[in-house]
Amino acid sequence: MSDKIGVLRFPGTNCDWDIYKAVEWSGAKPTFLWHQDTFNVEDYDGFVIPGGFSYGDYLRSGALAAHAPAMDSLRTAAEKGYPIFGVCNGFQILCEAGLLPGALMRNAGLRFIDQMIEIETQNSHKRFGLKLKKNQKSRMPIAHADGRYFVTDDELKKIQDNDQVYCTYVANPNGSAGNIAGVMNAKKNVVAMMPHPERAIYEWMGSSDGQLYFRN
Amino acid sequence: MYKIGVRIMPRAEVLDTQGRAVGMTLKSKGFQVMDCKVGKFVILQIEGESPAHARAQATKISEDLLCNTLIETFQIEELP
Repeated sequence: MSDKIGVLRFPGTNCDWDIYKAVEWSGAKPTFLWHQDTFNVEDYDGFVIPGGFSYGDYLRSGALAAHAPAMDSLRTAAEKGYPIFGVCNGFQILCEAGLLPGALMRNAGLRFIDQMIEIETQNSHKRFGLKLKKNQKSRMPIAHADGRYFVTDDELKKIQDNDQVYCTYVANPNGSAGNIAGVMNAKKNVVAMMPHPERAIYEWMGSSDGQLYFRN
Repeated sequence: MYKIGVRIMPRAEVLDTQGRAVGMTLKSKGFQVMDCKVGKFVILQIEGESPAHARAQATKISEDLLCNTLIETFQIEELP
């Protein structure tokens, strides 16, 4: 039960402690991994990329982080089937690294959106959200400017048909294709979402629905 | 040493929010602007044996990092 979870940190990552605490709450053992260092994937049972503004969102959100040395190790972990979870900027980084399909672009309404929203589970994930049921609703915050999920129409159909949609927005806040709030890769070990489950662990946070995304 | 410019633009089928916002502001100021697109311009100084070699390097760099070809296109030009 006491999984070892590597939590990646880049310059500009700012949800690192929130993720650390959520992982710790779930009973797993979190360890921070620095972007400049590669790591031995066998030392861990899974990985999380937290939210933030890695490298100041220069070039494109997540673009520079996707090429950091730690991402070489993470790529190896992805190929070996390790569970990998990205939240917010973590989602953007995984897309830029080519580990998830699509890209995240500026919100259709142009504004940074910071609010409590509702999402609906489409498919559960073997490590991050195993107990989530199809159509189960969760409340948690979003906080992003670049959250509009973009894929070509063909690719959208492909990920929908292959059950790669992790969760969708009940009311689409940012213009995302297919109302998508989170997706998985074809192998279903890499998963990411724009909303922040780590900011919805205890009732005093306004919702504890994020618990199910961390509990194994 | 060659100076290579890489012009990166959002793909036509992708909503260019930045271009739309700039275009709307221009229209509100009374300028007759039908459409506006905003991209990026990157200038690279590249060591190369020939202009063709430098351009090939710039293409590789653009595909690898500068441009996300799912949502953007790029054009390479040699600068004086």
